[in-house]
Amino acid sequence: MENYRDVIFDSSFGRYLVNSLIVGIVATLITLLLGCMAAYGLARFSFAGRKTIAYTTLMLRTVPLAVIAVPVFMIWSDWRLTNSLLGLILLYVAVNLPFTIWLLYGFVLQVPVELEEAAAIDGCRPWKIFLRIVLPLIRPGLAAAAIFTFRIAWNEFILALVLTDRSTRTLPVAASLFVTDIGVEWGKLMALASLIALPPLIFTFLAARQVISGLTAGAVKG
Amino acid sequence: MSTSATNSNARTAWLFILPAVLIMAAACLYPVVSAVRLGFYDWSMGTPWAQAKWSGWTSFEIVFTDPAMWRSLLTTLKFAAVSVSAEMFLGIALALALEGNIRGMAFFRTLFILPMMVAPIAVGLTWRYLFDAQFGLINAVLAVFGVAAKGWLADETLAFAAIIISDIWQWTPFVFIMVIAGLANVDTSVLEAARIDGARWWTLTTRVKLPMIAHVLAITLVMRLIDAFRVLEVIYVLTFGGPGDSTEVLSLHIYKTAFIGQKLGAASAISVLLLVVVMVLTWLALRMSNPLADSEKDK
Repeated sequence: MENYRDVIFDSSFGRYLVNSLIVGIVATLITLLLGCMAAYGLARFSFAGRKTIAYTTLMLRTVPLAVIAVPVFMIWSDWRLTNSLLGLILLYVAVNLPFTIWLLYGFVLQVPVELEEAAAIDGCRPWKIFLRIVLPLIRPGLAAAAIFTFRIAWNEFILALVLTDRSTRTLPVAASLFVTDIGVEWGKLMALASLIALPPLIFTFLAARQVISGLTAGAVKG
Repeated sequence: MSTSATNSNARTAWLFILPAVLIMAAACLYPVVSAVRLGFYDWSMGTPWAQAKWSGWTSFEIVFTDPAMWRSLLTTLKFAAVSVSAEMFLGIALALALEGNIRGMAFFRTLFILPMMVAPIAVGLTWRYLFDAQFGLINAVLAVFGVAAKGWLADETLAFAAIIISDIWQWTPFVFIMVIAGLANVDTSVLEAARIDGARWWTLTTRVKLPMIAHVLAITLVMRLIDAFRVLEVIYVLTFGGPGDSTEVLSLHIYKTAFIGQKLGAASAISVLLLVVVMVLTWLALRMSNPLADSEKDK
């Protein structure tokens, strides 16, 4: 327990924790908002360019992060986004959107289209239909997408390592620097690792069913 | 449909998708395109992009004649082949063994997805601790059986085994979850019919059940392969590619070439290779299970 106390009351731990929480929560909220809108737009409208956008999105889902590390560092320097939490949030939103759209698209398709048509006949505008009818019905999908996005934004450390400095570091970056800095202080390090591992595990316990639906989405009908 | 209706329709559609499209284009697609473009330029980090010089295929020539790149590619292929086949075998076996056990299944499934959710940094650190020559649990357990302590992460073969073991621990559950979900959808009347015809468990499993979920098995295999080729963070923490370059998979090789070797053109050229491999696998996955397919039929 002493190790946990040392880690938690370390002066910089608080700052890294706050950084991680801001990045994790804000990135998740933005991803969910933009992701469900895009999924609805792709699933329920036909327009020129729809197919191109849909397939590009699907292909972007599997881009290896190592591939974009160098260009991201270069582009973010150009945009003055390095060493800022905003830069990290933008990146995590962008890399999580493809999966979120992919996942929610399936959930939108399962919403009975008759419900939306009935509302449209009653004079409901598309935005109202989206907010009042579609969103409440795809809540399980939103939960799954939230957990998967938060997991990446909270856990990721290679891009965060490249893009952050002393004041904008997230917890996983702090942990990775621990390894090389002072040899290896196993007690402290494992305490920190456990603290990082905890939040996604708690969410998974709370919504195991949604996580499983996210994992099997697309491949298994069910 | 009248022209005005189509227009307003399209305009509404774009309002829904535009924010997401803009962000993905700027912060995901643009970096990918830049990675490819960088491969053709001679540029050092920290200098203005205007000073970058066109270098044509030079970086690609250098990379493709570099033995270190080929060793790394071979390491990646070996890693993907061994870990993914072990995960498929174990995942399928576990799913078949636990399939009938409906009681406690929900709990099992929850327990099984946990390793996938743990931060790679925590996974890497935990395994590094377990494999530690002095303090590690694995040597301690081996000592009970009279096996001498091994320097796991200091030996090339053992370190490679270590990254495989950690990957199997983390990702076998994914195969398990997919196979269990697939089996749950198998038409029971077919199984019943086979059983009445006197099929034994082994015949039933290999001739009826597994062929019926072949599609799920194939997509699981491809998804695991994609991830195996992308693997980076756990290995970064566990071995950092060492000892020597025995565990230096392509992603890590790219990272080191770029951020330690400062050879950005070369790093980008290797990136293109990795990108091609992963995109071909992704294309394959989409052909097998296209999440957009349902709507294509409607429209």
